[in-house]
Amino acid sequence: MNRVMVFKRFERFWHWSQAALIFFMLATGFEIHGSYHLFGFGRAVSLHSTAAWLLIGLWILAIFWHFTTGEWRQYLPTTDKLGAVIYYYAVGTFTGASHPFKKTTQAKHNPLQRLAYLWFKLMISPLIWLSGLFYLFYNRWDQLGLAGYLSLESVALVHTAAAFMMLVFVIAHVYMATMGKTLFSLIKPMITGYEELDPPAAESSNIKPSGSSK
Amino acid sequence: MGDIFVRFCRLAPQVLLGLALSGAGWAAQQLPLSDNPSTADHSRFKALQGPFSSGPEVTKACLRCHTEAAKQLQQSLHWTWEYEHPVTGQMLGKRHVINSFCGSVTSNEPRCTSCHTGYDWEDMSQPPPQEETAVDCLACHDTTGDYIKLPDQAGHPAYSTREVPPGSGNLLPPPDLTAIAQQVGQSGRHNCGACHFNGGGADGVKHGDLDSSLIDPPRSLDVHMSPEGANFSCADCHTTTAHSVTGSRYLTTARDTLGVDVPGHTDMSRASCESCHGTAPHEEEKLNDHVDRVACQSCHVPAFARGGIATKTWWDWSTAGKLDENGQPMTLYDEHGHPSYMSIKGTFEHGENVVPEYRWFNGTVHYTLKEDKLDVDHPPVRINWIEGSADQADARIWPFKIMRGKQPYDSMLHTLLVTHVFSPDDDSALWSNFDWPKALKAGTEKAGQPYSGQFDFVETEMYWPITHMVAPAEDALHCHECHAANGRLSAIDGIYIPARDRSHWLDTAGWAAAALVLAGSLLHAGGRVVATVRRRRKK
Repeated sequence: MNRVMVFKRFERFWHWSQAALIFFMLATGFEIHGSYHLFGFGRAVSLHSTAAWLLIGLWILAIFWHFTTGEWRQYLPTTDKLGAVIYYYAVGTFTGASHPFKKTTQAKHNPLQRLAYLWFKLMISPLIWLSGLFYLFYNRWDQLGLAGYLSLESVALVHTAAAFMMLVFVIAHVYMATMGKTLFSLIKPMITGYEELDPPAAESSNIKPSGSSK
Repeated sequence: MGDIFVRFCRLAPQVLLGLALSGAGWAAQQLPLSDNPSTADHSRFKALQGPFSSGPEVTKACLRCHTEAAKQLQQSLHWTWEYEHPVTGQMLGKRHVINSFCGSVTSNEPRCTSCHTGYDWEDMSQPPPQEETAVDCLACHDTTGDYIKLPDQAGHPAYSTREVPPGSGNLLPPPDLTAIAQQVGQSGRHNCGACHFNGGGADGVKHGDLDSSLIDPPRSLDVHMSPEGANFSCADCHTTTAHSVTGSRYLTTARDTLGVDVPGHTDMSRASCESCHGTAPHEEEKLNDHVDRVACQSCHVPAFARGGIATKTWWDWSTAGKLDENGQPMTLYDEHGHPSYMSIKGTFEHGENVVPEYRWFNGTVHYTLKEDKLDVDHPPVRINWIEGSADQADARIWPFKIMRGKQPYDSMLHTLLVTHVFSPDDDSALWSNFDWPKALKAGTEKAGQPYSGQFDFVETEMYWPITHMVAPAEDALHCHECHAANGRLSAIDGIYIPARDRSHWLDTAGWAAAALVLAGSLLHAGGRVVATVRRRRKK
């Protein structure tokens, strides 16, 4: 076993600040939606908007980082071992089987993770961004030439639907994070950056590293 | 060079002090030296030396210098009590409308016309008197507060000593018209308030946002009129040109897009918030995003009748006329001391700190006139109704007092009826005879209104826009008053309001999905624990 840096400093910063912002925005967002009282509507709106700008800023940094480092390839979908991973979570985890996917720095997400994160990045987030920005700039629709094409109600409903998708993702993601060898074995590397990995063996029949090596 | 610098430094404090002082002097020169900026001392005018034995005599003296004043006033709504609505074409004004308070002026003239800006208008079927001396200058220009028009003398004040109240032995001399005439000035809140605060029969009962508490209001009641605030009088906003006053309840500027009112730019009316505050008055942009759809008053007048004077919210005429065991008219009071029943008027409800009702409003108000057929099968009958909907750009969400009650109508012809409530001497007025059939017969005859002789009472409602009693900014409504499931705007349709509106289907599906994933995760976790324990035991 080698102690390997799996999640670099920026990735960890990005992950945890994004997590905090998403939790905060779920809390303020569902208050704006009218689900409960926490901060008060007006305060919830201003906090939600401020958090939105921070998250947008964070995303710009993250997109830049992913493209300059080539790390975006970590999210390319694959069906290789997808069935095996699903079978592991459905059955193997109860029978004591070992995880069919061997993590490397070149492929640190299993095929199910890749799909889930890709869905997060290409579906949930864009939906929530776009609907949120339309929502935020409702009073500028006239100037933007959008007034005839959108209604506040449809924008609000799309934003709400995307928020529910985000909530479902967060619940599943947090639970899945406890499914390593021990309860915290997957969470610890997300904090320290380091994980004990098997040395990459040619015969490990893992997913081929999909990016050029750096 | 250095020497000059040192001398300058020594002199600088004196120079600065001098500048400051001259600045103060300059500022003082910009302000009038006294509260009265008038260039005329009316007490020195020969024409005003009196003595005057009547109001018209005073008017005649005024007109010797103010040659056009009566002509101007006689063009105004304060005089004609007649308004042809430019949008609906309806002929409105006090001469024509029926309201949900005392009904109509017709057949009750000498009492109602005590609030006419003139003298001797005793027949609503005729226009007001044509003579210029019939104009009442003092009603609006008395500054002493002593000029009081009697309630039943068609606009005249008392001219002889009276016993007030009758039988009390308390003798009240008539007002000194000469002293009053010598102290005339600009209209103050007393002048406007004499009629506009007391309309409908008592202080504050009619509008809800206009009552005598505005004469010296604390800042919390009216930030503009309070001496601790801007100390405005009515006319500071209701700008007046040639005796014509701006601001209308028949055709309201529901959305002023002209903005700040400066000469040469706009309509020269400050009777809208925007004419001083502009169209983006808040520091916070999200609040400015509301002004295209929400009237300023909706947030900044959090409640009306806030000055300790109750307003009438319900007036049921159908119960009027009951007398006590001695056959005398009676007055009963509710637990707050407000009249709850009067033999002459019926049953009342009053309210203080009343939360307005909110409606879309584009400024146009329709009236049910005495010719109009009522939809009596679907009460309440609308005494007036307002135009406006979410899809009209000139409509905004406005606060209203909605006056409710029951009023007489012709149960055969289905029209509102002119009621004869007041007369000093005849045997048909409701307030002296307590006989509805006689009062309605007399009222409709006087008005020339067709009447079948059959009457009943129907529930009515009447809209009164709320715009006065503007609270300080810190007391304006908070977002959650409207952005909530059962908030103030629950009756507003055609617009999506965050926190009020949602798709119940989407919410159910969303929360169900989240609950399912959570439950699934917990089950899965439980399974893992059980499986691990079993495997360990096997070992």
